[in-house]
Amino acid sequence: MRFTTAGSVDDGKSTLIGRLLYDSKSIFEDQIEAVKKSSERKGLAHVDLSLLTDGLRSEREQGITIDVAYRYFATPKRKFIIADTPGHIQYTRNMVTGASTANLALVLVDARHGVIEQTCRHSYIASLLKIPHVIVCINKMDLVNYSEEAYNKVVEQYEELASKLDITDIRFIPISALNGDNVVNKSTNMNWYTGSSLLDTLETIHISSDENHLDARFPVQTVIRPHQDEYHDYRAYAGRVAGGVFRPGDEITVLPSGLTSKIKSINTFGGTIDEAFSPMSVSISLEDDIDVSRGDMIVKTDNQPEVGQDLDVLLCWMATKPPRPGAKYYLKSTTNEVMAIIKEVTYKIDINTMGEMVEDTNIKMNDMARVRMRITRPLVYDEYRKNRITGSLILIDDATNETVAAGTILA
Amino acid sequence: MSKYSLTHLQELESEAIYVIREVVAQFDRPAILFSGGKDSIVVTHLARKAFWPARIPMPLIHIDTGHNFIETMEFRDNLVDELGIQLIVGSVQQAIDKGRAVEEQGINASRNELQIVSLLDAIEEHKIDAAIGGARRDEEKARAKERFFSHRDDFGQWDPKNQRAELWNIFNGRKRMGEHFRVFPISNWTEMDVWNYILQENIPIPSLYFAHEREAVYRDNTWLPNSDFLVLREGEKIEKKLMRFRTLGDITITGGIESEADTLEKIVAEISATRSTERGNRSDDKRSDTSMEDRKKQGYF
Repeated sequence: MRFTTAGSVDDGKSTLIGRLLYDSKSIFEDQIEAVKKSSERKGLAHVDLSLLTDGLRSEREQGITIDVAYRYFATPKRKFIIADTPGHIQYTRNMVTGASTANLALVLVDARHGVIEQTCRHSYIASLLKIPHVIVCINKMDLVNYSEEAYNKVVEQYEELASKLDITDIRFIPISALNGDNVVNKSTNMNWYTGSSLLDTLETIHISSDENHLDARFPVQTVIRPHQDEYHDYRAYAGRVAGGVFRPGDEITVLPSGLTSKIKSINTFGGTIDEAFSPMSVSISLEDDIDVSRGDMIVKTDNQPEVGQDLDVLLCWMATKPPRPGAKYYLKSTTNEVMAIIKEVTYKIDINTMGEMVEDTNIKMNDMARVRMRITRPLVYDEYRKNRITGSLILIDDATNETVAAGTILA
Repeated sequence: MSKYSLTHLQELESEAIYVIREVVAQFDRPAILFSGGKDSIVVTHLARKAFWPARIPMPLIHIDTGHNFIETMEFRDNLVDELGIQLIVGSVQQAIDKGRAVEEQGINASRNELQIVSLLDAIEEHKIDAAIGGARRDEEKARAKERFFSHRDDFGQWDPKNQRAELWNIFNGRKRMGEHFRVFPISNWTEMDVWNYILQENIPIPSLYFAHEREAVYRDNTWLPNSDFLVLREGEKIEKKLMRFRTLGDITITGGIESEADTLEKIVAEISATRSTERGNRSDDKRSDTSMEDRKKQGYF
């Protein structure tokens, strides 16, 4: 299970992650020793857990996190990958990066302050990137005397915010990360709360149905043709299933060419298999010798994605320089690469109010905007809300080779 | 549980195979950096799965410090034979002889940092544009911020402050002439995942990982193996120990642990009970808080 967290310096995020790692015994003795020694050298009164992961020289010097950090912990029930995104610098860019691969977002709210601008921003990004599950941790309950009333007030505020969002599964948990209330074990300080602890929720939340198992999509990465006598006529298409289920005998269409065939076999190192579903990496052999190469998508004939050259895209701009007017960018989506231009900025989004700004269409770093794009060759895609893999894209500046934007396809 | 779900290990495997295939599709002259350690062995195994039944479509690169475990070298040669692929060796000794690198002096001298010169030379000589490595984000804090596709400038250097954003599983491998990429398919694996995978797939690994009797000296909380390159300090003495190694590097910097684990099952059990990190026995990481970052910036693995 992959989840993302975001927050500012004082909302207790580091403490919460430190506690999850420590209580699940994922921090080793020599790591704790090293952090203790560094903390002492710096004259700190307490052990600074952020030193565990703020590993870069400039981060340690400035005492800030400048990049998404990945952390790992496991319990007997589940393994977790945390994309921990920093609160201040390049806020949107880092949150979007962390959210792009997450099944779940952890939103921290200070029980004393309730829903603030930052809560809105984080929740909105989770909604735009279609993270299926959100857990709202109402933290620092110890500072409001573990009051049910204070908790209910925040829940009410958040539910009002959530009514404007597109998140299917939202849960609330009152916690104190500092004292460990409801983090790993159920708290005895809040008997009025009848739900599970945070770790228990993370361990049991149902995520396997988040994958799209309806619309069969197979972007071709490369063609496997062994130049060995024993596999003389072998030819298979290597890729990772991006949606749905494929079986031998399925009628398929190759897009964008429209050529059709049937699946002869689905191959893996361990032998041929009866079905392949997302996110499995396999190779597929077809009955007919047709032209298929990298960038093509194999789909079931009775369920086809969109193919087109005009896209409505929600862009998150990540480069320091704004887009150059009329400039061409490389657009990458699944295994495809085409040239694209931004024809028109429909509106920019006020990330704090979720409002549309029609007047202001100058895109700057960390802005989110809805744009119209025109691409040089037809692209095979789905709407992002239908499929997070076939509906996502990045833009690359052809002058610097930098990734300048992330996009979700709206239509 | 839905019928259509993968285990955590299957998901990690699928992700790694996807990444390795992206490398071969996006680059002209990729290679696998092979140290003889368990992580690069797992990466090689994944590459074999990714292109089966074809051979792995790229060579292995081994940087030879001249201070090797004999077992590692034998293992490497057998593997290359079995896979039927090319092996490129970058020699630190040669770099020293040519005056490209200068041997470290002092009691803790090692050729660890000198590998950077030989590695970058090998990459340049063979025009490698993507070097696949077995580094994991969980093993070291500077590695926690690595991308899957990590860009290197034309001096082979890493700029941690200016990394490309990496979203979903779309990898940007665009580069200018002379630049290259380091790619880390098992970024998201933990040490435990690697061992569980080796057990699940029954992947052969060098005998050094299993408990065996060996001469060693106790230094800096670890058992340093006896070798022609070991210089004893005052008061130190060589002892016979039943031990094994948790990581493998150059023989002069790799410390072992006392252990009776002589099967994969016992190793997995030992590691799940352990309370210290695997790199705790590596003297190359103990030089400073940011020694890994400093080496990585220059072009280290």
